[in-house]
Amino acid sequence: MLALPPASQPAPRRQVFVGTAVAGAAGFMLIGGMMATWLKFRADAPVRESLKRGFIKDWMPAKIVVPEVAANMMLLGLLVVCIMAQWAVYSAKRNDRAHTGLALGVTALMTLAIVNAQIFIWTQMGVGAKDGAFHSMFYAATGTMTVLLLSGLVYTAVAAFRYLGGRTKEVELVSAHALYWYFLAAAFFAVWFVIYVQK
Amino acid sequence: MTSIETHLPTDVSASTPAIATWLTTADHKKVGRLFIGTSFVALLAGLVLAILVTFERINADSYQILSDNSVPQVLAAVRLLLTFGTVVPLLLGLSIAIVPLQLGARSNAFPRLAAAGFWTWLTGLGLALASIIGNGGPSGGNSDLVDLYLAGSIVLGLGVLMTATSIAVSVLTTRAPGMGILRAPLFTWSSLVGSLALILTMPVLIGTTVYVYIDHRYARAGFGGNTGVNQWIGWALSQPFSYLLAIPALGIVLDVVPTICRTRLAQRSVAFGAVGVVAVAALATVTQTSITLPWDGAKFLDNAGTKIADLLPFLLLNVVPVLGLLGVLGLSLLTLKSTKPVISAPLTFVLIGLLGILLGAAAHIVGLVQDAGLTGSIYEAGVYVPITFGAITIAFGGICYWGPKLWGRSISDKAAIPLALLALLAIGLDSIPYYIAGFADQPTGLVNGFSYSGPQDLWNALTCAGFVVMLLASIAFVGLALKSFTSGAVAGNDPWDGTSLEWATSSPPPAENFAGVIVVNSATPLADIKSGSSNGKVA
Repeated sequence: MLALPPASQPAPRRQVFVGTAVAGAAGFMLIGGMMATWLKFRADAPVRESLKRGFIKDWMPAKIVVPEVAANMMLLGLLVVCIMAQWAVYSAKRNDRAHTGLALGVTALMTLAIVNAQIFIWTQMGVGAKDGAFHSMFYAATGTMTVLLLSGLVYTAVAAFRYLGGRTKEVELVSAHALYWYFLAAAFFAVWFVIYVQK
Repeated sequence: MTSIETHLPTDVSASTPAIATWLTTADHKKVGRLFIGTSFVALLAGLVLAILVTFERINADSYQILSDNSVPQVLAAVRLLLTFGTVVPLLLGLSIAIVPLQLGARSNAFPRLAAAGFWTWLTGLGLALASIIGNGGPSGGNSDLVDLYLAGSIVLGLGVLMTATSIAVSVLTTRAPGMGILRAPLFTWSSLVGSLALILTMPVLIGTTVYVYIDHRYARAGFGGNTGVNQWIGWALSQPFSYLLAIPALGIVLDVVPTICRTRLAQRSVAFGAVGVVAVAALATVTQTSITLPWDGAKFLDNAGTKIADLLPFLLLNVVPVLGLLGVLGLSLLTLKSTKPVISAPLTFVLIGLLGILLGAAAHIVGLVQDAGLTGSIYEAGVYVPITFGAITIAFGGICYWGPKLWGRSISDKAAIPLALLALLAIGLDSIPYYIAGFADQPTGLVNGFSYSGPQDLWNALTCAGFVVMLLASIAFVGLALKSFTSGAVAGNDPWDGTSLEWATSSPPPAENFAGVIVVNSATPLADIKSGSSNGKVA
């Protein structure tokens, strides 16, 4: 008499979701640590007199103009991305393949627009990383954030390929993908406030 | 019609060359062995360099083995090899190999991530060491290679982060049915806590290194150039960060002691708390700038309000981890007291290692009292070395204990126990003379050009002898492990009469670890199966 093969292991408990949460925590510490270092440099900068604002910290060189509209649009864009990612979860749970695909597609498109806005900021500022401490730190912080955004784009592509490729039962992956974008939005909010608002 | 899903054959090793199997493996047991094996090489290299440094200190004016320019780099290489080359991969390797077995899982979570973590870590370590060899470490003279050192540090950190993520998610998601977190073995718990600590701290190190790298490569305006490297990222190579790295070692102690004593751990829930307390307090300490204690001698009670305000954070951040460590030691002693312990290699190694960590942690508190004037002295090395050697010694005990699950053969007890005693001697020689020299104001970071009253040659000769003893013990242990690996006595499936799930499978375990699913009803599931109170299997 032939024996049956052993029972399969029960599915791990929301492994992708938990993994994404852990990765999000690590990413948050990455950005949090970088913002803390930025604020330390800003606080330690000497004070100088500004014609417009009185005595200010001599941190960001006066000649630098940061394109704030583009930075604000990046933040708004990330809000839209979060909504799109959550729409993908909503649709996936209802087995609505068309709308899931549409939501993931818009998520990817918006991410490209956000990265484009970041490149616009770098080119419009017209400064080099070698010009001073502010400059090198600006590129380090915004560059790291851009790498995280691009990792989100890869995550979106993977989720889209797997879901639209037929694994429509894998709602957990789409949920985890949305969680990652929530983390990215929160992380960018910190970058936006510290670097683009507080400077 | 019913269809039965069968498993595809997973053993492809027959048709694949052995080297390719090892290069591409995602099997957690093999990845763990890769980590452990590589860390042995780094340990021996680090100890040889440490002997060079301490030998030159014996006669600070006469010996000139190292040039003045190379001293900061060699010191950095020693710390890098012993911390991120040995302690981290040794404990991560044991966690990756053993934790899924303790969880009753078929594999670890994200096995390819863990495998990629190993190769990323190895690449980063190689880049950092290559840059130091080429005069590019901290304070290095070759600018491009200093950049390479920083880039290597980032890559190394990413590798550690990837592996830690796999371990943490494994514990959180792949536990056997019925195994709540409080029913998990203590090593699993400490691996979870230690991994989470790495997940929360390594990104900060990576982010800071990114700043330093870009500043060094392009601007050199804010981070002090090549001499600022240690100032900004050196905290990852000293205490209290070394506490965090040693956390999984505490779980090894708490698993080994009751199993070897054939009894249950006294106050198991307290043990969970003790490991957690060490982790939380050490994590809090890492996130703070160093909090020191102004003592002011006889005037301590002047301005008592201010003093208490200083004392409270000092106690919380620096004394609480020691209380946690004392808790682990106390529970181990209580467990030993409840039965007649059998002297064995794992038990000897873990108890000696725990004493080393405790010694370093207690000395750390004294070093933070401002009036002791120990800041910038060699005393700091006397704190770092016993914690590091302690963690390594405990890991040796873990390898003796889990050797049957790592490669199916036992390590000889008789041959290993003397090595544990050698490790104890090394810990003593590499801490107490450092403390005395520290109080005598021997500076840290220098190997020559210093002098102070007292027999400075003697203290430095003793520390050098300590590193030689540790090197000999390590070489002998590696030889013993290799002998066991190739021709050791074949171990049974459950040589220690264990109670946790890693002993429920064969030695070494098959590719998918367990033939079926094990249902857990208590913290000692294998004991339940043996006693017949649970069949442990899904029908």
